[in-house]
Amino acid sequence: MNSFTYTQADAVDTAVDERASDLTAKFIAGGTNLIDLMKENVERPTRLIDITRLPMATISETLEGGLRLGALVTNADTAYDERIIQRYPLLSQTILAGASPQLRNMATDGGNLMQRTRCYYFYDLATPCNKREPGSGCSALNGFNRIHAILGTRTQGSDGQLAEPNCIATHPSDMCVALAALEAVVRVTGKNGERSIPFAEFHKLPGDTPHIDNTLESDEIITAIDLPAKGFPDNFMYLKLRDRASYAFALVSVAAALELENGNITDARIALGGVAHKPWRKPEAEALLVGKPATKENFQAAAEALLAGAQGYGHNTFKIELAKRAIVRALGQAAKLEPTA
Amino acid sequence: MTAIGKPISRVDGNEKVTGKAKYAAEFNVPDLTYGYVVSSAIAKGKITNIDASDALSLDGVLKVFTYKNRPKLAWFDISYKDQDAPPGSPFRPLQDETIKYSGQPIALVVAETFEVARYAASLVRIEYKEDTHETDLEANLHRAREPKSGIASLLKPPPPKPRGDFETAYQDASAKTNGRYVHAAEHHNPMELFASTVVYETDSKKKPKLTIYDKTQGVTNSILYVSQVFNIPFKNLRVVSPYMGGGFGAGLRPQYQLFMATMAALELKRSVRVTLTRQQMFTFGHRPATVQNVALGALPDGTMNALYHDAYGETSQFEDYTEVVVNWGGMLYPPENVTMDYKLVPLDVYSPLDMRAPGGVTGMAALEVAMDELAYELGMDPLELRLKNYSDLDNNEKRPYSSKELRECFRQGAERFGWSKRSFEPRSMKKDHNLIGWGMATGIWDSNMLGARAEAALLVNGKLWVSSATAEIGTGTYTIMTQIAADTLGMPIEDVLFKLGDTDFPIAPISGGSWTAATVGSAVQAVCEEVGKSLLKLAKKMPGSPFKSAKWEDIEFVDKHLRLKKDPSAAVSLMTLVNLNGGKAVRETSGVFADVMKQKNFTRSAHAAAFVEVMVDEELGTVKVTRAVSAIAGGRILNPKTARSQILGGMVWGISKALHEESALDHTFGRFMNHSLAEYHVSVNADIHDLDVIFVEEHDDVVNKLGVKGLGEIGIVGMPAAVANAIFHATGKRVRDLPITLDKLL
Ligand SMILES: Cc1cc2nc3c(=O)[nH]c(=O)nc-3n(C[C@H](O)[C@H](O)[C@H](O)COP(=O)(O)OP(=O)(O)OC[C@H]3O[C@@H](n4cnc5c(N)ncnc54)[C@H](O)[C@@H]3O)c2cc1C
Ligand code: SF4
Repeated sequence: MNSFTYTQADAVDTAVDERASDLTAKFIAGGTNLIDLMKENVERPTRLIDITRLPMATISETLEGGLRLGALVTNADTAYDERIIQRYPLLSQTILAGASPQLRNMATDGGNLMQRTRCYYFYDLATPCNKREPGSGCSALNGFNRIHAILGTRTQGSDGQLAEPNCIATHPSDMCVALAALEAVVRVTGKNGERSIPFAEFHKLPGDTPHIDNTLESDEIITAIDLPAKGFPDNFMYLKLRDRASYAFALVSVAAALELENGNITDARIALGGVAHKPWRKPEAEALLVGKPATKENFQAAAEALLAGAQGYGHNTFKIELAKRAIVRALGQAAKLEPTA
Repeated sequence: MTAIGKPISRVDGNEKVTGKAKYAAEFNVPDLTYGYVVSSAIAKGKITNIDASDALSLDGVLKVFTYKNRPKLAWFDISYKDQDAPPGSPFRPLQDETIKYSGQPIALVVAETFEVARYAASLVRIEYKEDTHETDLEANLHRAREPKSGIASLLKPPPPKPRGDFETAYQDASAKTNGRYVHAAEHHNPMELFASTVVYETDSKKKPKLTIYDKTQGVTNSILYVSQVFNIPFKNLRVVSPYMGGGFGAGLRPQYQLFMATMAALELKRSVRVTLTRQQMFTFGHRPATVQNVALGALPDGTMNALYHDAYGETSQFEDYTEVVVNWGGMLYPPENVTMDYKLVPLDVYSPLDMRAPGGVTGMAALEVAMDELAYELGMDPLELRLKNYSDLDNNEKRPYSSKELRECFRQGAERFGWSKRSFEPRSMKKDHNLIGWGMATGIWDSNMLGARAEAALLVNGKLWVSSATAEIGTGTYTIMTQIAADTLGMPIEDVLFKLGDTDFPIAPISGGSWTAATVGSAVQAVCEEVGKSLLKLAKKMPGSPFKSAKWEDIEFVDKHLRLKKDPSAAVSLMTLVNLNGGKAVRETSGVFADVMKQKNFTRSAHAAAFVEVMVDEELGTVKVTRAVSAIAGGRILNPKTARSQILGGMVWGISKALHEESALDHTFGRFMNHSLAEYHVSVNADIHDLDVIFVEEHDDVVNKLGVKGLGEIGIVGMPAAVANAIFHATGKRVRDLPITLDKLL
């Protein structure tokens, strides 16, 4: 851990100014991810800007009939909020599948979006890692990659050929999987004012810049996450598969949300966690379901479409089949065709 | 007996829950300095350059120790051998530029604060010349060789010679199985990090005098090591370790923070604390990865006629760590034709280290799965197969057990579990998405007793003070020793104070191998009897004493009184007696050894039967252990409450070993990669459901006078196989590799 200075921001503008004037500075919210990474010397900010006093710790109604989650609302307060439980039970269920009660009490919603991968090599300075040190190589590719990505890892080179991946890390969040399914919008403020980023565009694939996780500009702060009115409160399921029953990151997770009319699907959302550098969605796969009855066969077809192009790297190859089965199960449970226990 | 056998709560419970109990890194002294260890990034090679200039330029940094500037130390290997050192040449921190394994400690930064030391450590730049390393057990099986033997082989005998003709018998067998079992390495991961606080003082001749607060399972082991390596006389050393935040075997050897902190204290003439990080908890001993082959053969009626069991264990390049993996089948089962073999594969890793039921849980996790396979080949109930091949003899030694109530474990365990309602066919029980399976397995573990000493003093205020330099590794040692002392002298436990973990107390062995209750318990009983004998002498001197002609056998201690067995009205209070001692406490020190003559014709073991129910979601591969019953034959149960905790802990770990635990070794780097508690998965609360423990009555006066067998390890031994067998019963899939993660069931 290196030495750093510490300041407390009292307004969003000053926080943004401070960060813009010193790009080696970092915001700190709950600290549950950043401090771990600092102890491992993976993150070495010269300055910590404590944002926990900024006025963005409430959940409020939006004009569009949705809810706005202030970036500083804790994961616990979000999951147990009555409005969230009633209108966005998928989000509540998803948050509660993650971490531990102690961590959820500290972790903020903004910080959750920004948490970094749990790739072992990323955490261990003794091993090369393109995300930590661009150009040094990806140790996971031929290493112990049980927890790594199977989708979106390869980019098309200029010759049209699929190139070797630069990084096969996953985004570890559970919450973000539900936010992707719900098509949340991330509200950010920077030097140039405010802007909104659709959730699907917030996190990015590793491509040639695996050290960059998302599209937030370096001077920007997340102020809120907006949930659209449609919350799929009747037919939803978050299914998380992991190496023990609690307190473990997802090997594969599925956030499934359906709208049904007389057994026919009128809207479908499927987002996957633990399989890619970002929560994984594929509109074509979801479209396959619309207008069709909620049957196992149809869910199977959607699962195949979602996993199209998936590639395993040895230890994680099992995820391809596991993800398909998990999708079918989660959709079945969302449609109440199958028990949830 | 009024205390022994009662479910008495831990006498140290209050200290622990109120935070008064102090651990090695919590003893604070003025002007303490802090050391932070720098670890090797490579697995094999040489250090070509160490540049500590940036670190040294920081305010508050006192020194950076490396192999270049370390003090001259003991020269011979023998000085570095601790009480649990396997044959070979022990690892010496900061010896030279050679790197022997990834994570090897290569420098110690000492600073005025922990934070500065940690920051400075990140600035030490090290260059290496790498050599190719070998860390892959399965890829190196061709290099397997016989282990070297040493004193360690006394407690860990090599496999017995083959008997009969396995090959022919196996060919002739009408039911047979043959399988290969691969187990991952595991790390102990006690919650408390390894730490040593070395308090530096000098004696009247200005020679260093150290008080060392160490995380260890044996203060005598630490003092021996420090004395030999740094050439300091015992009288100038004291090692203290009143509590330990979990050991599981990790503290059976002095870990390198003890070396580092002591060296720095002596050089800087300051008090030093070195605490390892969680990552560094993965840079010393571990349960070795193993590959085993088991083949079993039986006649049509289920009588076993052939048994083959071999094991390949990983060890370091510098020591031959061995454990008893394969001998158990020959002890438990009676086939005439048996071949057992055990070999080591030296790799570029640190020497493995005993972990709860070392070897036993490894071997039995393979053998008892093979037994289940044999049962299915025979079309026979797995419990019936065990009963069919039940043996009252240890067939390796051809001698009886001092006691063996395993049959009763089977009976009571099966009844509690409801085993008789089991349907034989795999995949025959279902609920929603889940297949349900029931499995069972046998457990066995040695019941050893070593030698130990203790001191007891009946004080003039009527309180009894007892001490021994043993350890409290979380098992309840404080409590059971208090009970034994209290009962021996007929006192309430409130009047007894038992102290341990201090080299000022009489010597006791390292606490492991489930021998502490038997060994130290016997010493405590014996020394309290010595006090009792002195009290009898005092009683005889009383004017008109009714005890004048009384012998030791004629008296008893009840309700704080010494009295005649024949005439309980002839009684005198202990308080009266101690006051006849000229104002002094009645104090005795004595030692005990096992009664070797009595023991030599018997094998001494604890036994267990484990029954497990699992629910397996077949589509998703997830496993839930919904209930488990362990029936234990462990001799006399001194305290059913602490005893039950030990067995529960063993059962939880057994589930954890079966389903979760694996230290993931990346062979490109020769490095354990999941070195955190977030990624090294142990079972959490949500993984554990209904656990039930039965203690079967068992009397044994051969193991020791108290009749105790020790319970620290027997609880884990049968569990992993029982879980694996239950998974087979649920799914029809035989998984022979541990841990059984969901991908293996897809
Ligand atoms: C042992 C462990 C297990 C866990 N298990 C899970 C799990 O199963 N599932 C899961 O989803 N998560 C899990 N987590 C992760 C946890 O959810 C995240 O650490 C947490 O959400 C991060 O939030 P924070 O407020 O603590 O962020 P911090 O640690 O304070 O910050 C993290 C990053 O976000 C940036 N940041 C924070 N707020 C803002 C903002 N408003 N605008 C811009 N940047 C910002 C910081 O600069 C920093 O880079 C686990 C964590 C641990 C330690
Ligand atoms: S997967 Fe990504 S984070 Fe992991 S080692 Fe490779 S580049 Fe680094």
